[in-house]
Amino acid sequence: MKDLKSQASRSTTPGKGGLTPEIQSRIGHQLRAMYDDVVRQGVPDRFAELIKKLDAPGATPHVENEGGSNDNNNGRE
Amino acid sequence: MPLTDSLRNDILAAVPSLRAFAISLSGNADRADDLVQETLLRALANIDSFQPGSNLPAWLFTILRNLFRSDYRKRRREVEDAEGNYAKTLKTQPSQNAHLEFEEFRTALDKLPQDQREALILVGASGFSYEDAASICGCAVGTIKSRVNRARSKLAALLYVDGAEDFGPDETVRAVIGGSGG
Repeated sequence: MKDLKSQASRSTTPGKGGLTPEIQSRIGHQLRAMYDDVVRQGVPDRFAELIKKLDAPGATPHVENEGGSNDNNNGRE
Repeated sequence: MPLTDSLRNDILAAVPSLRAFAISLSGNADRADDLVQETLLRALANIDSFQPGSNLPAWLFTILRNLFRSDYRKRRREVEDAEGNYAKTLKTQPSQNAHLEFEEFRTALDKLPQDQREALILVGASGFSYEDAASICGCAVGTIKSRVNRARSKLAALLYVDGAEDFGPDETVRAVIGGSGG
């Protein structure tokens, strides 16, 4: 951690984007870790059902709030 | 094009990354899933305007991104609990150190200007080309490149530079990217 910080300090003199390869790869790694954690959760049932229910373009989906997890904002500004 | 089974499967397959994009943008799991739901409804209602053979994920990401931006304007003044809500979405709780590091990263990401954050996520995490990211954000390829570079520099300044706060991350970033011509 310490050495990363000192490398970063040195890199504030303009270089290629000002970033050392270590820091660039560290940022990329953390970004993907955050993202992939969600991707690995797959498709929640509510979305699988939503897509299944729609048969044709223009069909009006009947969306239910199963479990009521998202209806607490209704009607609020 | 009509909603064929194969198109339906392709949309389904894009849902995990749509959620990841929505959570990365908003920092809030519940709101992210609302965004994904709204995106799917819009996509399905407008499926006729999707060109067969074109990039379906990019089309869906464009819808979600535009929804997020109009939603964001409405909600800008609300107080958010980004980290708290995000943590709930994690399947496995990371170890204490990893968790702290993760929160630091999430906090830094949330400090980026929205243009830079979305560009960095699209290119650095979703794996879109600069060209696709530019089309999703409705801007030039050069603009996306510049936003990604600024985002990286600013994250580096926020996360890895001692005392960056003391003289302001913006100055650091300006110094770092100085002369790049924006």
